[in-house]
Amino acid sequence: MLFGYSFSDLGSILVMQGFSGLSLFSVLLLMALGLAIIFGQMGVINMAHGEFMTIGAYTIYVVSKITEKYFPEFMAYYFVVAILAAFVIAFIVGYFVEFLLIRHLYKRPLDTLLATWGLSLIMQQIFRSVFGGREVSPTLPDWLMGAWAPTPNIDIPINGLFVMVITLIVTGAVILALYKSRWGLKVRATTQNRMMAGAVGINTQKVDRMTFAVGCGVAGIAGAAFTTIASTGPTSGSTYIVDTFLVVVFGGTASLLGTVASAFSISQAQSILTFFMTNAMGKVVTLLAIIVILMLRPEGLFASKVRK
Amino acid sequence: MTNNDFVLAIEDLTVSFDGFKAVDSLNLYIDKNELRVVIGPNGAGKTTVLDLICGKTKATGGSIKFKGKELTKMAEHQIVRAGVGRKFQTPSIYENLSVFENLEISFPRGRTVFGALMFKRTVDVDMRIHEVADMIYLSDLLEKEAGLLSHGQKQWLEIGMLLIQDPELLMLDEPVAGMSVREREQTADLLNRICRDRSVIVIEHDMEFVKRIAHKVTVLHQGKILSQGTMDQVQSDERVIEVYLGH
Amino acid sequence: MNIFYDRWLGGRQGAIGLLLLALLIFIVLPTFLDIYRLNNVGKYLTYAFAAVSLVMLWGHAGILSLGQGIFFGVGGYCMAMFLKLEASDPASTARQTTPGIPDFMDWNQITQLPFFWEPFHSLTFTIIAIFVIPAVFAYVIGAAMFKRRVGGVYFAIITQAIAAILTILVVGQQGYTGGINGITDLKTLHGWNINTNSAKYILYYINGALLIGVILLCRYILSSKLGRLLLAMRDKEDRVRFSGYDVSNFKIFVFSLAAIISALGGAMFTLQVGFMSPTFVGIVPSIEMVILAAVGGRMSLIGAVYGALLVNYGKSAFSESFPALWLFLMGGLFIGVVMFFPNGLAGLYQTYAKPTVDQFLEKFARKSAVVQSTSLNEKKEVVE
Repeated sequence: MLFGYSFSDLGSILVMQGFSGLSLFSVLLLMALGLAIIFGQMGVINMAHGEFMTIGAYTIYVVSKITEKYFPEFMAYYFVVAILAAFVIAFIVGYFVEFLLIRHLYKRPLDTLLATWGLSLIMQQIFRSVFGGREVSPTLPDWLMGAWAPTPNIDIPINGLFVMVITLIVTGAVILALYKSRWGLKVRATTQNRMMAGAVGINTQKVDRMTFAVGCGVAGIAGAAFTTIASTGPTSGSTYIVDTFLVVVFGGTASLLGTVASAFSISQAQSILTFFMTNAMGKVVTLLAIIVILMLRPEGLFASKVRK
Repeated sequence: MTNNDFVLAIEDLTVSFDGFKAVDSLNLYIDKNELRVVIGPNGAGKTTVLDLICGKTKATGGSIKFKGKELTKMAEHQIVRAGVGRKFQTPSIYENLSVFENLEISFPRGRTVFGALMFKRTVDVDMRIHEVADMIYLSDLLEKEAGLLSHGQKQWLEIGMLLIQDPELLMLDEPVAGMSVREREQTADLLNRICRDRSVIVIEHDMEFVKRIAHKVTVLHQGKILSQGTMDQVQSDERVIEVYLGH
Repeated sequence: MNIFYDRWLGGRQGAIGLLLLALLIFIVLPTFLDIYRLNNVGKYLTYAFAAVSLVMLWGHAGILSLGQGIFFGVGGYCMAMFLKLEASDPASTARQTTPGIPDFMDWNQITQLPFFWEPFHSLTFTIIAIFVIPAVFAYVIGAAMFKRRVGGVYFAIITQAIAAILTILVVGQQGYTGGINGITDLKTLHGWNINTNSAKYILYYINGALLIGVILLCRYILSSKLGRLLLAMRDKEDRVRFSGYDVSNFKIFVFSLAAIISALGGAMFTLQVGFMSPTFVGIVPSIEMVILAAVGGRMSLIGAVYGALLVNYGKSAFSESFPALWLFLMGGLFIGVVMFFPNGLAGLYQTYAKPTVDQFLEKFARKSAVVQSTSLNEKKEVVE
């Protein structure tokens, strides 16, 4: 007996908390992936990253409302379309933000931090003005509701599974794109040696813009995942921004694999801890653990050894 | 001769980055008041050796003894306080401060937090700063903002910032890069003067300059010593010729 | 006298700037504002403490901390705990289940004063705590990070995380800290009622004096070799390290100094406003403190005060009538300061206003110089 639960009970609890942790893991991972691309590859601190997630979430909401009103026959299918829309819209907004703001601040990380914080305030206020201050939720299609029960003790929510599948697909796609595609090659070249990349004919400005936009687009998909676990409000993005940065830094900023491992361990730790202590304390302990580990190993989990 | 007779005794020094051996079982000995020039093709490991001595990079093997003290175990600022000064390849000075202030910050007093707070610009500090400024040809420019100096003058300022600490080992990484002919002559004079009181290691590519100053020359190649001796000996060494001019 | 003039007051320029600020705080504002508005100004001036601390930490040493709210809160809560204990004497709390303890503890079914509250019965301890606790906290955080060469953006984000952790802890432990409402209903400081108008006037002046004192101290530090070292470290940390300095010690020092200054502000806040809550501890207020310093000019101690006054005045003025507009403005301010005027108001002053002011002073000085030089010449002739 441990904490008053039998071992088989504990096992079920772990599995269930593990799976509920998976939804959190999905959101966190997608957010962190986007940020890892932007921060890890470009060195840009985007404090408005959470707001790009919110853009995605609101997009799902809007598409769901439109489908409900005008195309009720398609309710079962709209979600996939909405996810694509979330990516596209977040991508476009990110593209313009890079063009208007970010590109002037590349050599100044602390200034980028402040400027993007200002941007996040503006974006939050726009959300508030357009959608109102109260939280909204899209109407999720029927097949996403309910749970799957492999054993009598375990209930796994279907939307959690769906989101996880999407996350794995997107993660795979991003890693593939970054390491196997021509675009990915250009991005890595520009990051490692901007001058040379420019000298061999890579349009580094365009590459930067695309990279930033892709990072934001992925955050948009995170927003889609987010709508399955919570309702959306103007400040929804800000609940995850600090966690997301810590995930990226904890995993080792240059390593996408590190980001995955880090997101997994952090979300699982938090969700399992929240079962045994209150929500707040679970978060506190997780954050504290991350900070302590970072102080012991500032390069993160998967550091890359580069000669200075 | 035991290790302790040399100012600097490097033995079996190795550093590898992800398997690549930038410095490979290096043995190097510097005498008192010697001016050693280290040359070698790019990538030979010259700057890395300086990095290892001053503590900027940690060795993966071997020992560096400075006057008998093991440097590989010490932190950067402790190595400096022990008497080792290092000049970087690109001039590393405080651009926003004046020449005088640059030298003053480098003055070896008031190095702790409260020491720095209580530090007073006393007469002896003033005199020493003027003395060093004289040596580095900058005595008329003490009030000038360091960022406005010419490239050559910045190099001299950095040398001055090291001199004012009275190091026993001074390490200069390409001190005349970007200097005019006249400035190179002046630098050669400067170096010949200062090595009367200390040992100096210089990394350089300009062979004319090297001839003017070197007591002994060490040629590095792929992290190891290729040849060592006077400038004439080294220049006529076949292996050196091949590495510099050959395939 | 000379040392005082040059190093504490900052030479002629610095002295004039300080004089104008003092005039504004001690004479102009109290003359034209009623006590309610003056109390608000006093509140803004407590934020100025945090802004000034950032001028030292960020402007001069190049260390961006997004967690000064932590220390502001520590100072504020220490003072609040003392005042709350005084207001919770057994006589006034006779109606509680457990008299003699703060009301929120009673509501949370706590029957005994927690051990860490006990020392705050003493004013001496409280005042010492306001200085020592933030310093120790900053020392621990600073040592852990700076010794391991964690700096720049990573440091900023970790300070944010710590601010978040602290807020969650304070809010979550309602019984011990008053939770999200904070510690309220504060009445007297050692018997002296802090809620009367005359008390508010006095506290305002004390606050102003403390602020000026802090600025003087910072001026002294900046004009010493330590100050020049901070600038050097900001721009060329390696060179400083290779000149024989243990850079991490200096960073820890300035971080602890900034912590103490912010804590002072927090304590004065509690005294003037009459409560302290976790709203002032977390991520959002900490970043706002940065914007105060940025608007004022991150290199200017006096600028930080003006920045604090201006931004907070704007906040009050706008957020009541046009709350949506205010958030847009704030966001725009962040972006604007970074993109267009990185040296804030002080920078604008240097570029645009100063040349005219200098010319004016020049004429003034020339007249008195003429007078002086003639008398000097006379002296010379006598000597020779």
